Amino acid sequence: MSLLEKLLFTGLFAVGLLAAPARAFDFGRPATPEEIKLWDIDVGPDGKGLPDGSGTVARGKQVFSDNCAACHGENGQGGIKDRLAGGQGTLASSMPVKTVGSFWPYATTLFDYIHRAMPYPTPGSLSTDETYAVTAYILSLNGIVSADGKVDRESLPKIRMPNRDGFIPQPEFDPARLFRKK
Amino acid sequence: MSFKAPDDLLPRPAKVSRRGFVGGLSAGVLGAVATEAAGAETLADIPDRGPGADLGAHSERSRFVKIDRIPEATPGKRNVDPGDAINSKTPHQKLVGNITPTDLHYERSHSGVPDIDPAQHRLLVHGMVRKPLVFSVDDLKRMPSVTRVVFIECTGNGWENWKKADPDITVQNTHGLVSTNEWTGVPLKFLIDLVGKDKGSNWMLAEGGDGAGVDRSIPLTDEIVNEAFVAYGQNGEPLRPAHGFPMRLVMPGFEGNLNIKWLRRLKFGNAPWMTRWETARYTQLLANGKARQFQLRMETNSVITQPSGMMQIQPGYNRISGLAWSGHGAIAKVEISTDGASTWKQAQLSQPVLSKAQVRFQMDWVWDGKPTKIVSRSTDDQGNVQPDRQSFIAAMGTNALFHYNAQQTWSIDEAGRVRNVLA
Repeated sequence: MSLLEKLLFTGLFAVGLLAAPARAFDFGRPATPEEIKLWDIDVGPDGKGLPDGSGTVARGKQVFSDNCAACHGENGQGGIKDRLAGGQGTLASSMPVKTVGSFWPYATTLFDYIHRAMPYPTPGSLSTDETYAVTAYILSLNGIVSADGKVDRESLPKIRMPNRDGFIPQPEFDPARLFRKK
Repeated sequence: MSFKAPDDLLPRPAKVSRRGFVGGLSAGVLGAVATEAAGAETLADIPDRGPGADLGAHSERSRFVKIDRIPEATPGKRNVDPGDAINSKTPHQKLVGNITPTDLHYERSHSGVPDIDPAQHRLLVHGMVRKPLVFSVDDLKRMPSVTRVVFIECTGNGWENWKKADPDITVQNTHGLVSTNEWTGVPLKFLIDLVGKDKGSNWMLAEGGDGAGVDRSIPLTDEIVNEAFVAYGQNGEPLRPAHGFPMRLVMPGFEGNLNIKWLRRLKFGNAPWMTRWETARYTQLLANGKARQFQLRMETNSVITQPSGMMQIQPGYNRISGLAWSGHGAIAKVEISTDGASTWKQAQLSQPVLSKAQVRFQMDWVWDGKPTKIVSRSTDDQGNVQPDRQSFIAAMGTNALFHYNAQQTWSIDEAGRVRNVLA
């Protein structure tokens, strides 16, 4: 091997070493838009991520009775699992009752959580419309949506929850201040 | 003596005269061993040697060692059917050293422990990125890795003592939701570079592949970007299912709930998602009815594990030992009071003292046999001091449920019985 060949070889080898770890396709594979859609279920407080569809309180009462009441009680109270209704006005007492109505700051969180995690034995088994309906029903149990009401992707983010202003961010991680440009 | 031991925790009172150091050890882990030796009048009573059992594919604990976590359903509802348990607590009163044995690392899950085939597990990284990617477990294992010893602590650790102190509980009950393991995985920063995160993205959603799909919004501060990693290794082996197999997020110093187990999605955005786990849960209700949110860091904390709740000590020499940790950094010092927080002495720290990992502390103590109270307080290298209970409750109220880090006091009565008290 001539000196030139040696230099060339070494140079190519070095380039190869440098290039290899920087190539993304060496690790994993591109995600397609179609498959991302399957998993991209999160819903933000601005309603981003909410799917098309809608649900009424009336329909939600039936869905709730069929899928939720066994654990949460017929009216979202008195069940073996989390109480979902009532408790407003108790947060500053010695026995606070934290429910969707008394504590949760965003209605969008309710849709997101039911959609991803409920019913406990079969998460994700409710249709989009059923999820909207049961969301509407739980909000109606708390007097936030009227008994003849319905919710959809437009109305849900606009609902102002009773405890919307009940949260104080820890200054170190306050979203309103954390990444503000100095 | 009418005192009844809760389990095998307490040694039988030594019948022989105490000779030097070993006989004087009175309770707990070493005590259980020492009692066996102390029961032998002479070395002639020690059983003869002989061939042992066959070697196995993996090693089990001695049949003389009984050591278990405690599955718990809610504060005070213990030793429940596993189907009703939401957590399982580490038996700190029976452990030594800084590292928690893998199978005794505490567990907190929100929809059971999924049985995931790693060949069928994928991590999707997407959102505000140049190129969304899908990774397999093997992909992660081929990447550059970091290995780090860190504590992970459930945000609810200490929840037994918010309102009252049950005198009949152990340190496993009061502080069993924190553990320290060595974790191995891929730096978050490496994944961020691979997908080409948009500079405008400063929050990340991490989501698990469990039934609850537990998800948390994580602020991408320099500290978090530099320290977080996606782990596939735990104490040198693949993660255990209870702790996130085949991959989990590790967030040194931050709420256990942020260390998303069975990780299957990272999504980059520019605002928090306000998931159930950062609104309805893991927020701290203050006395005025307002709730503290995004209190993501675990605070400076410590607890004496030896002697601790439900043990019984003898007058004379006792060795005090315990664990200290801080989500802010390394523990700088631990002080111990044996007179109910009137005077304090600095304890020794067992090396190595690592940032955001538990460290064992110890101190010699000669108990005069009079009733007293023992308590520890830690200070970290950022100057944070573990608060006394009174100041802590004055600031947080008694309804916060999460982020309890007040000093833990154990009372000792004239018979040497160690009990949980508020201060």
